[in-house]
Amino acid sequence: MHYNMFSKLSVSLALVGAMFLSVPTNAQDQDHHEDPHAVEAHETHGHATEEGHDVKAQIKETIEHHLSDSYDFTITEGVSFPLPVILFDEGLKVFSSSKFHHGESVAEVDGNHYVLHHSKVYKTDASGHLTMDEHHHPTNAMPLDFSITKNVFMILVMATFMFFLFKGAAKAYQTGQTPKKAGRFLEPLIIYVRDEIAIPNIGEKHYKKYMSYLLTVFFFIWFMNLAGMTPLGINVTGNITITFSLALITFLITQVSGNKHYWMHIFWMPGVPVILKPVMAIIELIGLFVKPFSLMIRLYANMLAGHVVLMSIIGLIFVFGSWLISPAFFGLTLVLSLLELLVAALQAYIFTMLTALYFGSAVEEHDHH
Amino acid sequence: MDKLIHDFSFGLFIWQLLVFVALIFLLKKYAWKPILDAVNAREESIEGALKAAEKAREEMKALQSDNEAILKEAREERERILKEARDMKNKIVAEAKEAASAEADKTVAAAKASIEAEKTAAVAELKKQAASLSIEVAEKVLGQELSDANKQAEMIGKIIDDVKFN
Repeated sequence: MHYNMFSKLSVSLALVGAMFLSVPTNAQDQDHHEDPHAVEAHETHGHATEEGHDVKAQIKETIEHHLSDSYDFTITEGVSFPLPVILFDEGLKVFSSSKFHHGESVAEVDGNHYVLHHSKVYKTDASGHLTMDEHHHPTNAMPLDFSITKNVFMILVMATFMFFLFKGAAKAYQTGQTPKKAGRFLEPLIIYVRDEIAIPNIGEKHYKKYMSYLLTVFFFIWFMNLAGMTPLGINVTGNITITFSLALITFLITQVSGNKHYWMHIFWMPGVPVILKPVMAIIELIGLFVKPFSLMIRLYANMLAGHVVLMSIIGLIFVFGSWLISPAFFGLTLVLSLLELLVAALQAYIFTMLTALYFGSAVEEHDHH
Repeated sequence: MDKLIHDFSFGLFIWQLLVFVALIFLLKKYAWKPILDAVNAREESIEGALKAAEKAREEMKALQSDNEAILKEAREERERILKEARDMKNKIVAEAKEAASAEADKTVAAAKASIEAEKTAAVAELKKQAASLSIEVAEKVLGQELSDANKQAEMIGKIIDDVKFN
């Protein structure tokens, strides 16, 4: 299988990227030990004695910032717009994220104080003091946070985009039988999802009711992956929360559609000696949760790894800062970008295909038993 | 794992679920259903058209073979009719010939009979004339005989000259 090869390749490249970054990471970790309360300050105004260290730290910070969700939408260095923060803490609190000043100051809303730490909102006092535990995680209370973060914003934008794109494509069929405009490009993909993903895995009889989910998830992941390749710093599909919710939907639909044979297969495996049946039941029960878990991790890790590798290699241009080496890294970035373009489509395909496979196993009819 | 759990954001999770599920249902209503229905309808119509074309081709083929059979039959019919006509003609000609020869035979026979009869009559007439001539000669010979012997012979010659066989 080709995709396995590519995912392995991406992961190994990610490891290479991580190796380059391991030095500054360790150095920073040590700093954390010394002064856990000034993490924010240190990261933003890091004073390193060595200049190379400074560049590396800056690259690491940029990558981290790029990968994590945030309360404002950064288009490029210094150009960003704030997004609304929505908190449930003694009532609904809605305010602009500009109050945080990119995490540098304490936001005061209706007498409550909030502070940002690693892209999360913590309740604090007027001084912005955070109490850290031994893992350097703040122990301060976290208000229920429904903010329109960068990712939520992107999800809303993408959902709107997809809605109008596909609605527009569907409109062409009202007047004729052939697709028009974007539909010409989208129709073969829709037919591909139907004929190559849904029907072979689920079967002619049951596939229809899953088409809406399969198509939506395929295009959502693919478009989000592609959006992640823009320099806007979008990383939705490389976010564990997103992949978790997608995998959860797959999991729930699979269990809800499971027929008698499916549950029988899990709890009382046919064709296996009775002694083995409970053992098999335990294994199958674990498998039940491992399947969506693997979906979640695969998409998350692949997209995250792709981003890390690309940004690390771009970062290396600045680490070396040489006119001789930079073009080489530029070429490498270009080649890896092409690879990521492929991975973007591939991961959408794999997620959809495996989802269809799980649906198929849930509705399969075992006539041969 | 610790990082994964730490990265998990409940707010984002709820937003993603809400937006995504809403997107599924909206797209289902406004995009997937119309598109898939249209594609299905088109595929069915193409399949139907192909089947109809195939059927028409089959029919055409059947028609062609029918035509050929009819043509063959017609050709055979023509052959048969021609053969019959030829037979009829031969028969009629033969019959006519037969009739003609019979008639000719009859005519010849009649002619022969008539000739025979004429001949018989002529012979009889000849016999009769010869007899009467003989008698006449005899009469005249007998009448002159008495007067002159020379005259007798002259007379006989004269009489014989007078006799003309008709």
